[in-house]
Amino acid sequence: MNVVRFMLHNHTQVLELTLEHLWLVGLSTAFAMLIGIPLGIVIAHRPGLNRPVLTSANIIQTIPSLALFGFLLPVPWLGARSDRLAILALTLYALLPIIRNTFTGIRGVDPAVMEAGRGMGLTESQLLFQVELPLAVSVILSGVRVALVISVGLATIAAAIGAGGLGEFIFRGLAMVDNRVILAGAIPAAILALIADTGVGWLERLLRAR
Amino acid sequence: MQEMATHAIEFRDVSYGIDGTQVLSNLSLQVARGETLVLLGRSGSGKTTTLKLVNRLVSPTSGEVRVNGESNEKADVIRLRRHIGYVIQEVGLFPHFTVERNIRLVPQIEGWPEERIQSRVQELMQLVGLGTELAKRYPHQLSGGQRQRVGVARALAADPEILLMDEPFGALDPLTRDELQREFLSLQQRLHKTVVFVTHDLREALRLGSRIALMEAGKLVTVLAPSEFLKSEDPWAAAYVRAFGNGTESLQKRGTT
Repeated sequence: MNVVRFMLHNHTQVLELTLEHLWLVGLSTAFAMLIGIPLGIVIAHRPGLNRPVLTSANIIQTIPSLALFGFLLPVPWLGARSDRLAILALTLYALLPIIRNTFTGIRGVDPAVMEAGRGMGLTESQLLFQVELPLAVSVILSGVRVALVISVGLATIAAAIGAGGLGEFIFRGLAMVDNRVILAGAIPAAILALIADTGVGWLERLLRAR
Repeated sequence: MQEMATHAIEFRDVSYGIDGTQVLSNLSLQVARGETLVLLGRSGSGKTTTLKLVNRLVSPTSGEVRVNGESNEKADVIRLRRHIGYVIQEVGLFPHFTVERNIRLVPQIEGWPEERIQSRVQELMQLVGLGTELAKRYPHQLSGGQRQRVGVARALAADPEILLMDEPFGALDPLTRDELQREFLSLQQRLHKTVVFVTHDLREALRLGSRIALMEAGKLVTVLAPSEFLKSEDPWAAAYVRAFGNGTESLQKRGTT
């Protein structure tokens, strides 16, 4: 109950940090989709490329997040504003699930369907936009969903480099040894993750090809 | 008139190999306009590859394939394919499209006016024996026989002169297969398409083919009319007849003992 009272009392700040959090997660996921989906499409069509690309994305995933934030800090343009830096790091982390699911989704399209389409005289872009992407869309979205949920959690760490977001409360609470403050950051973050998960999950079912 | 005199499809000394394996060797074969040429052979004999050479899903390593007297390497591949109907065993219907959208796809991307597409779809569904109530269904809601009918309707949509069929009835139960074979014959009597039909089933070949091209290990063994096929002294043809004959003979033997 103390937590609720604390949050109500500081509601403007809770709202502000939540919006900051959303900004970090939303923008980085959007960038990751912009890069990851085309990349996934390319490697699904060029068998030689899928291993190096997926391996690189995997390696990025294994770098501890706090270390990655630290590594990027001295980079000139990036280091100047910590939110830029946080968005770049979050984008990098979101890449793997998006690339991998796009790749898997497109590879999963029935070869007989592709052959029939090719035999009927569909061009490569007609095949992509009318057949492959519609059939892969739910798999791609489930990758986006994973990326979003990971990002919401990771973005709390961005507060360590001063990028804002709900992590501010968590770090402040840790320093103050005050659970109320920690929870004031952790609860909204958990709620955001749940909303993202169910929201995209709903979209996924809506767009699932029969 | 000169164009009418040429063959619909002509293979000129065509070979095809991939990764060091020779799939097809020195194939020369002509398909006359309006005939149903059956490519008969066992798995790996090169019959499907031969079919795919026509719509350039496969390009020959050497030799030339001519469609309507023109080398198909010179033709625009997309245009070429849109004017050749293609039906495969797995049907390959687009699972996210309704029956109607599956059938209308090629006319639509070819830019036909909407009314013409609609009347064409209805005409085709009737032609292949599909009730109009099926138009809004998805492929997974259909039976195997219905799916194959949609596949045929889709291949005929833009009224191609040539139809390529790769074991279209192979995955169907015997009764449905029999029904579709019968319908194929009556359809062909009306439409007179040039059909290349791949099968490993001698009975199907005898029933549907104007001529049967027997293939073995990437080579064309012989081309015979169905009536000649049963009497042929060619060892491969005779082996085929024996293999299929045995089935019925052993059944008769079982009946007598």
